[in-house]
Amino acid sequence: MAAQGRHGGQESNKMTALVVDDNTVNRMIHHRLLDNLGIENVAVVNGKEAVDIHCSGKTFDLILMDMDMPVMNGIEATRQLREMGIRSMIAGVSTRSMEREIREFIEAGLDDYQEKPLTMSKLISIVHKING
Amino acid sequence: MDLVQLQRQLVEYRTSLYHEGFLDEQFTQLQELQDENNPDFVVEVVSLFFEDSERLLNELTKALEQQSIDFKRVDAHVHQLKGSSSSIGAQRVQKVCIAFRNYCEEQNVEGCLKCLQQVRHEYSLVKTKLESMFQLEQQILSAGGSIPM
Repeated sequence: MAAQGRHGGQESNKMTALVVDDNTVNRMIHHRLLDNLGIENVAVVNGKEAVDIHCSGKTFDLILMDMDMPVMNGIEATRQLREMGIRSMIAGVSTRSMEREIREFIEAGLDDYQEKPLTMSKLISIVHKING
Repeated sequence: MDLVQLQRQLVEYRTSLYHEGFLDEQFTQLQELQDENNPDFVVEVVSLFFEDSERLLNELTKALEQQSIDFKRVDAHVHQLKGSSSSIGAQRVQKVCIAFRNYCEEQNVEGCLKCLQQVRHEYSLVKTKLESMFQLEQQILSAGGSIPM
């Protein structure tokens, strides 16, 4: 894949992402996956922090949203972000549970849903949706 | 042992870990994320997995020792362990976690205790094997060789 962003283009052209996941191992892996694609990224540990970071004025091109998290889960966080008018690409990333739960997650406002664990090809397919 | 022999030993060892179900495709994904800019990525993620798992296993032991077990809490810890083991490709650990969660849902104490024992066992197996593999890799690097893919 093209080393997007590695050639040192302007900061403003670099894609940005927010990783929302309560699992430390997953956060590390998602960070590396995004880094590899030249996507600047930041991580928070639950849905509430994801909402708060947007309240502080930050926005991202892509949000990788885990479903099960303490304090505020991914479904609620996605709902709130959409209510706030956030139009970013939100990709739900979660382990497969019940159809009903996945549907609820998607209906909360996801643009895409991928089953964990996240791989490079899954991430690329998400990113293509933003660009294409 | 010379370099070529070491490299062959590593490949064989790694292959056996996949065959025996200790590792799955996800581990390969992690290896593919490692490059010259991040030469220690796999070791770093796996070390994080070890730390996190040990913490979770301790929490699980404590939670299951309580007079009145909080199954939601137990399930939350197992969920975390299932998530991280799945992410690094520790397939056998992940499988026990799935059974473990079912017992939590049924609020089956005996089942949970059995699974805790099993998951401890599988975790310590995969930890030992990964550490042996990393040691082999180090030997190869120290001998001036490169890690075969």
